[in-house]
Amino acid sequence: MASEAATETTRRDFLYVATGAVGAVGVGAAVWPLIDQMNPDASVRALASIEFDLAPVGVGESFTITWRGQPIFVRHRTEAEIAEARAVPMEDLKDPETDLERVVEGKEQWLIMIGICTHLGCVPLGQKPSDAKGEYNGWFCPCHGSHYDIAGRIRKGPAPKNLVLPPITFLSDTIVKVG
Amino acid sequence: MSGNSSYNPTGAVEKWFDERLPIIRFSKEHLMDFPTPKNINYWWTFGAVLAFILVVQIITGIVLAMHYVPNSELAFDSVEAIRRDVNYGRIIQATHAVGASMFFAAVYIHIFRGLYYGSYKAPREILWILGVLIFVLMMATAFMGYVLPWGQMSFWAATVITNIFAAIPIIGDPILALLRGGFAVDNATLNRFFSLHYLLPFILAAVVGLHIWALHVPGNNNPVGVEVKSSHDTLPFHPYFTMKDLFVIVVFLIPFSWFVFFAPDILGHPDNYIPADPLLTPPHIVPEWYFLPFYAILRAIDFDMLFISSKLGGVIFFGGSIIVLFFVPWLDGSKVRSGNFRPLFRPFYWLFVLNFLMLTYLGAQVAEGIYVLLSKVGTAYYFAYFLIILPIVSRIETPAPLPASISESVLGKAEASGEKG
Amino acid sequence: MVMNKSRNVFKSLVLAAVMGLTGGLTGLAQAKVVGLEAELQKWSFAGVFGTYDVNQLQRGFQIFQQSCASCHSANLMSFRNLSEEGGPQFSEDQVKALAAEYTIYDPELEDGERQAVPADRWPAPFQTELDARAANSGALPPDFSVLAKARGISQKFPYWAFNYFTGYQEGGPDYIYNLLVNYGEPPADVELPDGQAWNNYLGRGLAMAPPLGDGFISYDGEGVPETLEQYAADVAAFMMWMAEPHLVSRKEMGFRVLTFLFLLAGMMYLVKRKIWANVKH
Repeated sequence: MASEAATETTRRDFLYVATGAVGAVGVGAAVWPLIDQMNPDASVRALASIEFDLAPVGVGESFTITWRGQPIFVRHRTEAEIAEARAVPMEDLKDPETDLERVVEGKEQWLIMIGICTHLGCVPLGQKPSDAKGEYNGWFCPCHGSHYDIAGRIRKGPAPKNLVLPPITFLSDTIVKVG
Repeated sequence: MSGNSSYNPTGAVEKWFDERLPIIRFSKEHLMDFPTPKNINYWWTFGAVLAFILVVQIITGIVLAMHYVPNSELAFDSVEAIRRDVNYGRIIQATHAVGASMFFAAVYIHIFRGLYYGSYKAPREILWILGVLIFVLMMATAFMGYVLPWGQMSFWAATVITNIFAAIPIIGDPILALLRGGFAVDNATLNRFFSLHYLLPFILAAVVGLHIWALHVPGNNNPVGVEVKSSHDTLPFHPYFTMKDLFVIVVFLIPFSWFVFFAPDILGHPDNYIPADPLLTPPHIVPEWYFLPFYAILRAIDFDMLFISSKLGGVIFFGGSIIVLFFVPWLDGSKVRSGNFRPLFRPFYWLFVLNFLMLTYLGAQVAEGIYVLLSKVGTAYYFAYFLIILPIVSRIETPAPLPASISESVLGKAEASGEKG
Repeated sequence: MVMNKSRNVFKSLVLAAVMGLTGGLTGLAQAKVVGLEAELQKWSFAGVFGTYDVNQLQRGFQIFQQSCASCHSANLMSFRNLSEEGGPQFSEDQVKALAAEYTIYDPELEDGERQAVPADRWPAPFQTELDARAANSGALPPDFSVLAKARGISQKFPYWAFNYFTGYQEGGPDYIYNLLVNYGEPPADVELPDGQAWNNYLGRGLAMAPPLGDGFISYDGEGVPETLEQYAADVAAFMMWMAEPHLVSRKEMGFRVLTFLFLLAGMMYLVKRKIWANVKH
């Protein structure tokens, strides 16, 4: 008698536990889409990487494109600018990085950076010929006076880091993929 | 109402908490221990189904509002963007749209169950009135939600339904302009409908809270309609009815999912995939299926009555068809609740059900020929049922003998008295 | 006694009502036929197990691109959709190359236009509605994006009622197919306005001249007939995909959900029965 009652209990418990577990799986599966819908949607993901052609940009010219809602600074540097950037001694830098670390080898004339000041997120000046370029002939953030050099490195002012580099790949001589 | 709780806080923290906010005691009393007639059948599970769908609608609705743009230029495309680009958007949008239909399917079952078993009778009049109020709020919410995708049917539904208010003498036109925020349905209308569509479900949820409160004062009605006499007649809500309700909710999810995943557009109208065009009325405007019976009543009045124009008359009957529901507890004077014991009431009730289905069908048909006549007959019977048949039947009917108690109806006389002893 | 009598009276009343209703309905349904009855097609994407036929979608795209797209826009379709799962599944490189053939008008750019990329929407053939009407003798070619879901066929009672159980959602493609293959000469007593073409399916004239005919478009490869019927079916299928791009994944998920629900419902039934086992009710 007693053992019969015991089996009965286990079987019932098993049914309850199993049903509860299956139900919990169902609730979880239903909740996930409700969370995942907040992730970037397909139209946003489609623009996660963009391609552009550098060919129209002459030596000594800059232009700005938008990538993931942020400005990307592109500068076609002159030989003099490259030399200037390479000549800077490491001990002068707040965030030491050589110029070669900031460009693609063999494409040193192309400097491609995210144009957002590493201090508090303003967009620095220096892209247009008429812009203030700061004391180091690069970019200047007017919000709190950060000066960047011609390699986009922070030289003076409150910004803690050099201008951030986006992930880039050269698909051909002049076609660049960002992202 | 009180005194059903077996909650005994153990430990100092629970006691401290219970003295300050007895929410655990309250939950145990109303969600677990609440004595529920043991003979209530599966028609009684639709209250739980409705509560479940309300939650589904609110959650999916909040999610959709994260992506929807209430602007007449962008609304249509933003709904399509949800379907096309948002992660799981097609499913979430379809769940919300199909959910509205499921909500009404369940609420009609719930209402007709109440009408058959006399659940509106004393002491449950307030419970019933709150229920009708919920129904009205549901209709308003569903209507405004249907406008949001800003397709052709959305736009013209908004135009036609707001025009109803223009039938009111003298102040009709100013009210119409006030509702629309313009001389025609436009961006302003869409924006306020979005705002109200977001607001009303929360009011609805609050009224549902009152509805359940009012239910828990006298307790559930039951298929024999005899009040609970002793604890032999009841079972605690949990686990007996929680599990029964959950079972039905899962079963109900099967047709729900069928529509969401395999036929998400079948309950809607193809014309709503055409962006709203204020210059072009679709050849055949039909509301969603759940409004069809009332739409048929609105259209059935196509003749002037004395000084009342057909337009105003249609609106009066349309409104009256809902308002009359508020008075059902006093129109039906029979002391016997359950239709099971009312031989004369029963055929009229089933004819009413058939008539309601017929009105649903007629609401979708072109208003011409035999359909117009049938709509009039259907409308006449709808009102006659409440205003003439229920009052008269309750006077002349000889009800069948009622069992002495719920237990007796379940177990048979001898066993019940044995159990009592 | 009273009870029995009233029951009988009502039975006959209900019977009479039902008979009157059905009689009236059939009578009316027969009186109102304009145009031809739609000839329903067998679509690969119909029914519970239906999925798109990738080859058909690719052929449909070819027709859309070479014929329809010169007048009709498809504003909600992006190039990238053409390489997405559950669609025509062109390769990403093909789509990139395809997009590069198109120009996007972008007022924010210096010269106002640029090459399209896969993330771009399909460019419209006309800049404004007025341009579109001017080029089409006053008629506006409707946008294709969701057109396949914005059209339907009318069915007689009780056939439409079965749709709720079969999940018939192909009224749009059936409409498009029937419209495309049923152009013809107007009946003798009908005077068509200038610029209209008679359509037997619609039973009226419409502004679109017959856009397709046998041999109009040459498919790559062998085995697919280059007939009007084949073109019509292919482009209708493509339009259905354009309107409902997630149909395949939606149905797949539906299968998982329904299987799960049947399992859970069965288990819940056992739980409920177990709990109620010792209660007489």
